[in-house]
Amino acid sequence: MAALETTSPTAKATSSPNRLLRDLAGLAVILIVAAIGFLLFPNNLALLTRITAIALLVLSLDLVTGYCGIATLGHAALFGAGAYAAGIAAAHFDINDPIAMVAIGALGGAVAGLVSGAVILRGHGLAQLVLSIAVVHLFHEIANKASEWTGGSDGLSGISPDPVFGVFEFDLWGHTAYGFGIALLVIVFMLLRILVRSPFGMLCRGIKEDPIRVSAMGASVQGTLLRMYVISGAVAGIGGALNAISTQVVGLDSLSFTTSAESLVMLVLGGTGSLFGALIGTVSFMVFKDFVSAVNPFHWLTIVGALLIAVVLFAPKGLYGTAAQLLNRSRRQ
Amino acid sequence: MSAVFQVQNLKKSFGGLAVTQDVSISMAPGDRVALIGSNGAGKTTFVNLVTGHLQPDSGKVTLGGGDVTSLGPTKRVQQGLVRSFQVTRLFADMTPQEHVALAVLQRTGRARRILGNFHAMPDVMAEVGELLHTLGIDHIATRKVSEIAYGQQRLLEIALALALKPKVLLLDEPAAGVPQSDTPRIEAALAGLPADLAVLMIEHDMDLVFRFAKRVVVLAAGAIIFDGSPQDVTKDARVREAYLGNYANDRSAA
Repeated sequence: MAALETTSPTAKATSSPNRLLRDLAGLAVILIVAAIGFLLFPNNLALLTRITAIALLVLSLDLVTGYCGIATLGHAALFGAGAYAAGIAAAHFDINDPIAMVAIGALGGAVAGLVSGAVILRGHGLAQLVLSIAVVHLFHEIANKASEWTGGSDGLSGISPDPVFGVFEFDLWGHTAYGFGIALLVIVFMLLRILVRSPFGMLCRGIKEDPIRVSAMGASVQGTLLRMYVISGAVAGIGGALNAISTQVVGLDSLSFTTSAESLVMLVLGGTGSLFGALIGTVSFMVFKDFVSAVNPFHWLTIVGALLIAVVLFAPKGLYGTAAQLLNRSRRQ
Repeated sequence: MSAVFQVQNLKKSFGGLAVTQDVSISMAPGDRVALIGSNGAGKTTFVNLVTGHLQPDSGKVTLGGGDVTSLGPTKRVQQGLVRSFQVTRLFADMTPQEHVALAVLQRTGRARRILGNFHAMPDVMAEVGELLHTLGIDHIATRKVSEIAYGQQRLLEIALALALKPKVLLLDEPAAGVPQSDTPRIEAALAGLPADLAVLMIEHDMDLVFRFAKRVVVLAAGAIIFDGSPQDVTKDARVREAYLGNYANDRSAA
């Protein structure tokens, strides 16, 4: 009987006030980091806004990879789809309101999520990975060939967003773009916190651990995953739209395999399966990359590679995952 | 009583090998049936045919009066045919509370909601608490499954199945891998299953079969060679020959 009697002091389920407090603390941390970034690098807001857009891509990747266990090296397809959707709306259809552009980007990303999800989810493991690479290459090629709409390899230009709410103009220094980006990130982040804790979020976590068990509960595994892919597409699309709005051009690199692979690296660096991990991974990778490439423009990739090897070997749960684990352990003692 | 679950003339061959030959079983609510058979007798194929993971070559499976033969596994679960697994299939990173909550949410059609949280759904919390209490694992409700004992995981498997409020429950070796000292807990849980539930248990442990089942079905080479009371099964010459062997001899000697 001994095995069954391993009672511990019954841990109280995290009550909702407690959870709300943690959410607010998380929100505060994001805003403080954003403010510090603003104060430390006032002349480099373009980079910070780019980091914010990529953070949305990595959050979106975390939804399918971290929460559902889908292996993908093609997630930039969704980011790029959002960027092109928002960019084309502005450049060809004269829809210049930034919020409308974000909405169109989200829609474009969601549609791309539906399409690529439908393809990628047909495979498992290695086949899935290969399909995802095929998808991003296909998206890239379509954008390249449809140059009348996308500008092809020259990039899509002619995007000039209106002021936000008709008041805040997108200025040369990128103040508005940065503020707009942080606002988007905070809103999306809070919505995703709700999503990952919802019954649907739990179902996805279940699928990641054991899809057979989930279908034995009578839930549709493919349907759930596809739904998450669409949501993930919308999030990546918002990131893409933000990038289009802030840089006022959309290039083919936003749909590239490299961007896809880098976003996966950032996610692994920060820690999969947690929204904070995605954010921390993005910020550390982007800042580190920027710093190292300035110090040593020839060997920066080597150094980034070494960092990644160190993290995977010594902190396999990523920066956030490992830190959280250490914190938990010290709390228990 | 009318049958809640019926298998009629089920046939399945792989290549030229007939693995299920004209199998028919009928169960009423409250039945406690054990399905036994030696390795290779076709138990696994039979289970897969019943759950919908395999399609039969011919024959019919009905559940609560409706034909489910053409339905896939997920649809059959939704209609009330629930199974447990021989080796526990649980979510290592989730708590027993979350497991059972997910099953309740799924049954009540709320598992696809992207808003809200089960902690804030009093009816779900109440049902989860009650189920975990009934099975005696409420004290570990918020521990991760990877941190709880195997016997407790087995009990959680049963809780999960019950949370889906099945009409028919297929238990695949519910006590497999559990240390001897913990089997009484599993047996108590089995004895406490809802009285109107039809249970089909696949089991190797004959002691457990004799304590649990009111009826025994013996499968050999893909065909049913015995369907009757536990008292008679040990006396049946064909069953002795095909399966029970020494066990029956020991029992009649004792």
